[in-house]
Amino acid sequence: MLELRGIQKHYYPGTAHELCLFDHFDFTVGDQEFVTVVGSNGSGKTSLLNMICGSIPVDLGQIFLRGKDITAMPEHRRLKFIGRVFQNPAMGTCSGMTLLENLSLADNKGKPFGLKKGIDAKRISRYREALRELNLGLEENLDIPVGALSGGQRQALALLMSTMTPIDFLILDEHTAALDPGTAERIMELTDKIVKEKGITTIMVTHNLRYAVEYGTRLVMMHQGKVVMDRSDREKEQLKIDDILDKFNEISMGYAKEQNLQKY
Amino acid sequence: MTDIIMGILEEGLTYAIMALGVYLTYRILNFPDLSVDGTFPLGGAVTAVLLQAGANPLLTLPVSFFAGAAAGMLTGLIHIKLRVRDLLSGIIMMTALYSLNLRIAGRANVPVFSRETIFDNAFLDKWVPAGVQPFLAVLFLFLIGMVMKRLLDWYLGTKSGFLLRAAGDNEALITSLAKDKGTVKIIGLSLSNAFVALSGCLYCQKSGFFEISTGTGTMVIGLASVIIGMKLFQKRTSVKATTAVIFGSIVYKTCVAAAISLGMAASDLKLITAVLFLLILAVSSGRKGKVTANA
Repeated sequence: MLELRGIQKHYYPGTAHELCLFDHFDFTVGDQEFVTVVGSNGSGKTSLLNMICGSIPVDLGQIFLRGKDITAMPEHRRLKFIGRVFQNPAMGTCSGMTLLENLSLADNKGKPFGLKKGIDAKRISRYREALRELNLGLEENLDIPVGALSGGQRQALALLMSTMTPIDFLILDEHTAALDPGTAERIMELTDKIVKEKGITTIMVTHNLRYAVEYGTRLVMMHQGKVVMDRSDREKEQLKIDDILDKFNEISMGYAKEQNLQKY
Repeated sequence: MTDIIMGILEEGLTYAIMALGVYLTYRILNFPDLSVDGTFPLGGAVTAVLLQAGANPLLTLPVSFFAGAAAGMLTGLIHIKLRVRDLLSGIIMMTALYSLNLRIAGRANVPVFSRETIFDNAFLDKWVPAGVQPFLAVLFLFLIGMVMKRLLDWYLGTKSGFLLRAAGDNEALITSLAKDKGTVKIIGLSLSNAFVALSGCLYCQKSGFFEISTGTGTMVIGLASVIIGMKLFQKRTSVKATTAVIFGSIVYKTCVAAAISLGMAASDLKLITAVLFLLILAVSSGRKGKVTANA
């Protein structure tokens, strides 16, 4: 279980541009939940992910992972329990290294990186098997550099790499946004399969409302650092894209009105 | 003629070990490390002092290696812990090492002609036939170079080496692998400068003196060797990058020797170094490459 308690986050503190994004923000994700997060730009979706991973510090408040306070833990130590896939497929893989080398690196997460051979020959057939399940023909190309792969292939590999070792949490940061619609669809199906098979607790930020509605067990809409919509299980199943759009419009109109009032 | 060729091979093989170090930081770790201008003479200074004190010449090799590693580690600590930019960390270290090297050696120029070195000692005089003596230095340098190249190849194939390669390629992945990218960089800088200092140690023993100014332009010579090597073998994937770098160093030293034989004075050496490097950059940027994009 992941728990954020009383989070405060200011950007540009002490300057004229000071912006309070989160104020007494509470958020809980239960075990094996698959949360899809939607919201307009600047609503705090990515900041939320960055605070969970430790890429940016929080000003106040605490973050608990499985009951353990990880607020002060540096990013690289948190990521021992967390897998993260980024929007940019290049972020999750090493372009100059081969598929085999990339997979060997990912497979060693959580273990010491010492002076043992980088590639364990006994594991190669396992990697090949895992690649075959992606259905992209990558299993025949273990020795080509990852930089030669397409964006979709690289993202599939990044997804595979981030879930290779046992993790408590999977963070998906608009991971289909840079892909063409067909490829995005395939990566989404693959994501769902992996999440369900391994039962990983997952948070997925997306701008694709259809994915947000179709996948996952819970949908959260964010606006200006607040959760403005939160639907789980049955409620989520009945949710339609139009419901979300309505809510979006309602918020942005309210927002526009507020802005206008400030102007006069 | 044989003399000239032997001279080029000696110089080329000596500097090749330094170039391997530069290859490690510049190409693999993507870190333009200027501290090599200080760690090359550091190896020489340590060696000169040890030889002056009558130490076994073989001892100078590991001592220089570890002195270089320590200096490289400091550069890394400055960069990581004090958050100083990569280029500046190297410059700070290089500047500090200039004085430190003078302190270690005692003065700017220390001759070790009269001392026993790994290339010239009583043991070799006694057991090696006189006809082979002139080729000993090249043979030794070749063997040491091979050992160092193999060592680097082996390391880059280990899990730790994989992490180092990944760090130069995609830092975010290191964090994703739950490793501290700073530590990885510090390891890389230590290893690189250890190679460079070892090269400085060999240079001191071969030339017969320690000279503070030998460090100036080390980075340029190393980079030139790396770029030449990469260009020469860019189409041959069967040739390992480390092998290419060694060849690059020998080719580079051949160019310098050619320039000098064309009538340039020995005092023009650094000018030749700089102009040659500029030529290499200009020529190789005609065809776009990663190194030139960064250089």
